[in-house]
Amino acid sequence: MHERLDQWEYVWAALAIGVVGMLAMVSWSLIAMIRAERRRDKVRRK
Amino acid sequence: MHGFANPARFLRMARWLLPLLLVPGLVLSLGALAWGIAFAPPDHLMGVTVKILFIHVPCVWLGMAGWSTIAVSSIAELVWRHPLAGIAARAAAVPGAVFTALGLATGSIWGRPTWGTWWVWDGRLTSFLVLLFLYFGYIALADAAQRDAASGGSAGRVTAIFGLVGAINIPIINRSVVWWNSLHQPPSITLGRSAIDGTYLWPLLLGALGFSLVFGAVVIARMRMLLAEIQTEARLRRKALG
Repeated sequence: MHERLDQWEYVWAALAIGVVGMLAMVSWSLIAMIRAERRRDKVRRK
Repeated sequence: MHGFANPARFLRMARWLLPLLLVPGLVLSLGALAWGIAFAPPDHLMGVTVKILFIHVPCVWLGMAGWSTIAVSSIAELVWRHPLAGIAARAAAVPGAVFTALGLATGSIWGRPTWGTWWVWDGRLTSFLVLLFLYFGYIALADAAQRDAASGGSAGRVTAIFGLVGAINIPIINRSVVWWNSLHQPPSITLGRSAIDGTYLWPLLLGALGFSLVFGAVVIARMRMLLAEIQTEARLRRKALG
């Protein structure tokens, strides 16, 4: 059986996983940092 | 080095350093990816899949750089008892693990059209998978150590020793393609020498610089988060006791 490969599909898949993964990590880290600092400031004010 | 040991001084510096690293990092990494995808020519053997190089290689480099950061910070924690070293090591673990996982995923996608398989149990791929498991172990141990520290324990040193011992895997990953037979190609870039043509090399180096800046920004963001958590815990404990 002959398997037909479209190489571009692999390029786009790798690019999507890499970029989405990196941006998700950046967003998660920034949100976690902002939440932790808000909680600290709230506790300080009490 | 101890000049940066004061958390208040570090937090003042981190406020301007975070956007200074993050914005150019994102612009450089995404710009270099666009450059590589749009303008790098297809390779005569790998065809257009060679363009996966521009995302795979920076992820792999930063996966290893993450553990190198853990190892150096662990030495600073164990030898000089630098107050921020343990926090820096913990902050580098998650981005290091994420880049290692992305390196494995993008490498697997590259392997399918190039080698005809998603995965082989050779020295390079296996030692890199071991690195991901070491990250998981380190993150779990560091979380347990933080809970132990909150109750007056000293498990932080165990985490630092684990960080140092795990560093033995980094030269194994680097030399694996030389020591053992592998489908993976031998090193293309070594100190002062490159087997990669300039049309691929420049977007690759620019992308690696951009990814490194993003990695630095994420480490700083996570250090700020960890410091805020420690300060919150300390204040709540003082209130509960007093």
